[in-house]
Amino acid sequence: MIPVDPLDFPADEADDEADDRAYAVRPYALTGGRTRATKPDLALEALVQAVASPDTLGLTPERRRILELTAHQFLSVMELAAHVELPVGIVRVIVSDLADSGSVRIHGLSSTSTAPATSLSVLESVLNGISSL
Amino acid sequence: MAFPRSDVAPAGAPSTAAPGPTAETAPTVVKIVIAGGFAVGKTTFIGSLSDIEPLSTEAAMTEHSVGVDDAGGVSDRKTTTTVAMDFGRISLPGNLWLYLFGTPGQDRFLFMWDDLVQGAIGAVVLVDTERLEQCFPAVDYFEARQIPFVVAVNCFDGVARHQLEDVREALAVPAHVPMLYTDARARAATKQTLISLVQLAMQRLQTA
Repeated sequence: MIPVDPLDFPADEADDEADDRAYAVRPYALTGGRTRATKPDLALEALVQAVASPDTLGLTPERRRILELTAHQFLSVMELAAHVELPVGIVRVIVSDLADSGSVRIHGLSSTSTAPATSLSVLESVLNGISSL
Repeated sequence: MAFPRSDVAPAGAPSTAAPGPTAETAPTVVKIVIAGGFAVGKTTFIGSLSDIEPLSTEAAMTEHSVGVDDAGGVSDRKTTTTVAMDFGRISLPGNLWLYLFGTPGQDRFLFMWDDLVQGAIGAVVLVDTERLEQCFPAVDYFEARQIPFVVAVNCFDGVARHQLEDVREALAVPAHVPMLYTDARARAATKQTLISLVQLAMQRLQTA
């Protein structure tokens, strides 16, 4: 079981909303008013992978949706924002929370000095890959 | 780093784990920023190469910057309001994912660029010669931060209306910055644009 974030609104109210697009609340209500993620350097292209089941009790609709979307594929923070139709800053906060509670894994967390783009061999692979498109 | 390693399950992870893509190794992710003014063809450029239908997301955290559109007289050419960032994804051999992030070139959006360019291979500044002034901020930004970038003059309808050297002069783009024609609709042309950029980034690494 995942500890329920006290900032989440009650699940029984939110669960009936089948349409993920129709958020009746302002985006910041989904983050408890926070605009900063607990992982501030979470890259927009960091890949998210679900660990917890989307059926876990107490999940808000957008959290469940994120777990559904990443259950069988890697998706970037940016892609998730597009799919759940929330600003990427909001999704960054939510994904950070999900990672903190162990519900998702994040790959390629931040762009440090070891960013793939600074590796000549990675760039070579990119160059060859694009050339063969 | 303050984060658990991605290949280790975080402490307290639920034991009833979903059957996630655990057997696969996460792809190595790289990105290229496509910068340019409104209606210059960023989305078309991205769409010409992307494996996925180009997606769009609001980049700004604040509501006041959402819904602003200064496309003005060209709104017939692009009606979607785009403070949104467009992006696409290209899967490359070797478990590599290349993201293309399209971002508005106006200087009032520069605040979000630091995030975007962090860790990027580099940038393509897409230019519409009818509205050159739109790409000044982008050129200045990448030049000041020494981010590898190429200037790609989009040929609407496949017609080059200006000499590259004239555009270079008008934009005050230094001689070391590659400049080329492209056609946002043509995969062969957009591919070549990215190849130029990656080659530039590799040269930079080798001489660094």
